[in-house]
Amino acid sequence: MGLKRMGVVALLVAVVTGLVSGAMAAEAIKIGVGGPMTGAYAAFGEQLWRGAEQAAKDINAAGGIGGRQILLSKGDDACEPKQALAVANRFVDVDGVTAVVGHFCSSSTMPASEIYADAGVLQITPASTNPQVTDRRIETLFRTCGRDDQQGMVGAEFVVKRLKAQRVAILHDKDTYGMGLAEAMKAHLHKLGGKEVLYEGLTRGEKDFNALVTKLKSVGADAVYFGGLHNEAGPLVRQMREQGLKAPLISGDGIMSKDFLLAAGGPQFVEGVYMTFGADPRRMAEGREVVSRFRGAGYEPEGYTLYAYATMQAIAAAVKATGSTEGTVLAKWLHDQKAVDTVMGPKSWDAKGDLHLSPYVIYRWTDKGEYEEMP
Amino acid sequence: MDPFLIGQQVVNGLILGAIYGLIAVGYTMVYGIMGMINFAHGEVYMIAAYLTAIFLALLASFGVDSVPVVLFLTLLGTVAFTALHGWAVERVAYRPLGRSTRLAPLISAIGISLVLQNYLRLSQGARTQGVPPLLEGVIRIPAEGAGGHFVQITYIQVMIVIMALAGMGVLTWLIQATSLGRACRATQQDRVMAELLGVDTGRIISVVFVLGAAMAGVAGVLVTLNYGSFDFFIGFVTGIKAFTAAVLGGIGSLPGAMLGGLVLGLSESFFSGFVNTDYKDVFAFAILIGVLIFRPSGLMGSPEVEKV
Repeated sequence: MGLKRMGVVALLVAVVTGLVSGAMAAEAIKIGVGGPMTGAYAAFGEQLWRGAEQAAKDINAAGGIGGRQILLSKGDDACEPKQALAVANRFVDVDGVTAVVGHFCSSSTMPASEIYADAGVLQITPASTNPQVTDRRIETLFRTCGRDDQQGMVGAEFVVKRLKAQRVAILHDKDTYGMGLAEAMKAHLHKLGGKEVLYEGLTRGEKDFNALVTKLKSVGADAVYFGGLHNEAGPLVRQMREQGLKAPLISGDGIMSKDFLLAAGGPQFVEGVYMTFGADPRRMAEGREVVSRFRGAGYEPEGYTLYAYATMQAIAAAVKATGSTEGTVLAKWLHDQKAVDTVMGPKSWDAKGDLHLSPYVIYRWTDKGEYEEMP
Repeated sequence: MDPFLIGQQVVNGLILGAIYGLIAVGYTMVYGIMGMINFAHGEVYMIAAYLTAIFLALLASFGVDSVPVVLFLTLLGTVAFTALHGWAVERVAYRPLGRSTRLAPLISAIGISLVLQNYLRLSQGARTQGVPPLLEGVIRIPAEGAGGHFVQITYIQVMIVIMALAGMGVLTWLIQATSLGRACRATQQDRVMAELLGVDTGRIISVVFVLGAAMAGVAGVLVTLNYGSFDFFIGFVTGIKAFTAAVLGGIGSLPGAMLGGLVLGLSESFFSGFVNTDYKDVFAFAILIGVLIFRPSGLMGSPEVEKV
């Protein structure tokens, strides 16, 4: 029964792909885009999809990769590890993708990467910053973003040297990304001779952190570092302000979206919120034309949008140069490159698959509800 | 230990508990009458959050800017719509399955819950939504307390407490002192006998669903105004907590639902505030298990009487 059904599915897929490839001159190159397209973190999934989609469109318009068009396949992991596995299996077994852009959450990227590695499929994540993503040394896995140990270090330096905070509280959301970032921040805080007054995890999906905020007041926190995403960071900072706790909140790339403003409930709550992120790619000369194309289509390419665009460019460059769709061949080429031109400037990778250069800078949220790079 | 901090945690716990209690009422009433859990109840609360945002936007576009009027109309409109949802859930998920096994309506209620979640996701988008603060202001005791040496409660939080008390008052009066309430109690005690004596039990069950959904509607409005943001998934976590509160208080008991909510809210708040936030849910559920070991029918529930 199961086998029979699988046979039918395989046949259908074969027919469909046959039709598709028949319609085009050369066989299309399939690339999967995996991320939280729905669910509470859909804002990030949209950044990934928009970036990858625009890049594919632009590459196809310019004649594709050596005459072959890019065909995207969307996978929704909802930022759930279990669903990420399902998406990865579909990409590999049903869609037969050449490479994957994704996933977003580190807790999704890591389990999915095992499947891609076994299948020899190239995976480049534009957004998963947990150190473990590349520290496991999967040869065909890369990222076009920084690492949380770098991000935590920049955060810790900022808290200690710029904010001159003496009593730092560190919170996280008990998820791979959030806790990893909080751990990195804690480690660097210790290196700088500081010590946290509180280190605790809240629960994803909850809205009431009043008890925790009262506790922050009781330990006299003068800076609060949060490893997590905007859905929890928003209510957290709002309840801090409502309870009269004016300490700055510092977080990472997980709140890099205008949705943070919505989650907080208004611009009056986000003043005094800082976050670490790569230097704004929208301001780089290489990306000017692409950014205006996004804006022309009515979409502001914030957060990881351009990272996803650059990821797609890197994949296209590798396929074009090697003429192969083998993950190991593509990976070797990417490892060996001195510079791959992307919308975010030239990129190159070390043996682990981390970028050689991925500097983090500090952003500040203003009482107007905007964020800006700190001078 | 600073007495103000303890006081503040009491306030935090009371607010959280009042919200749990308001939603728990819906679980407990349906269980009391039908002996079944309404798993779609959390989604009704989630829908109330969206309705609140819609009504606030509508009223703003009509130029209504008096806070009490806006509050009253939003509450009224939201409760009316959630009551309708409660009625529809009973019609769609429970009534057609009235003669089948007890588990069937349970599954169909889970189905309704998924339908509602995804309907909201598709129609309103998956992203976090927010409403601007409507009622700002706090009461601080002492008023000039600085640096954390005060206990505070925001106006919205005061409203949560008042509405929870008022809602419980009205419900208790309805159940204890009206003919409708008498019919409810009769249906709860023995549905077949009540039917034989001329009680329209089908209607009573509808009424119970409507009342429970209306309370969830009230909770949805207040929570949205209090926390300012919501998404299509908030019904799940809160629903589970409220259900826990209902079981803790003794499922089927109206005051038990409120008491269970308060116990849960306070224990979460105190554990989070004075021990460790990571394990506050572990502690809350440990309390639940402890209570159920010594009082299997919950804090205020009456033991199940075997009907002959």
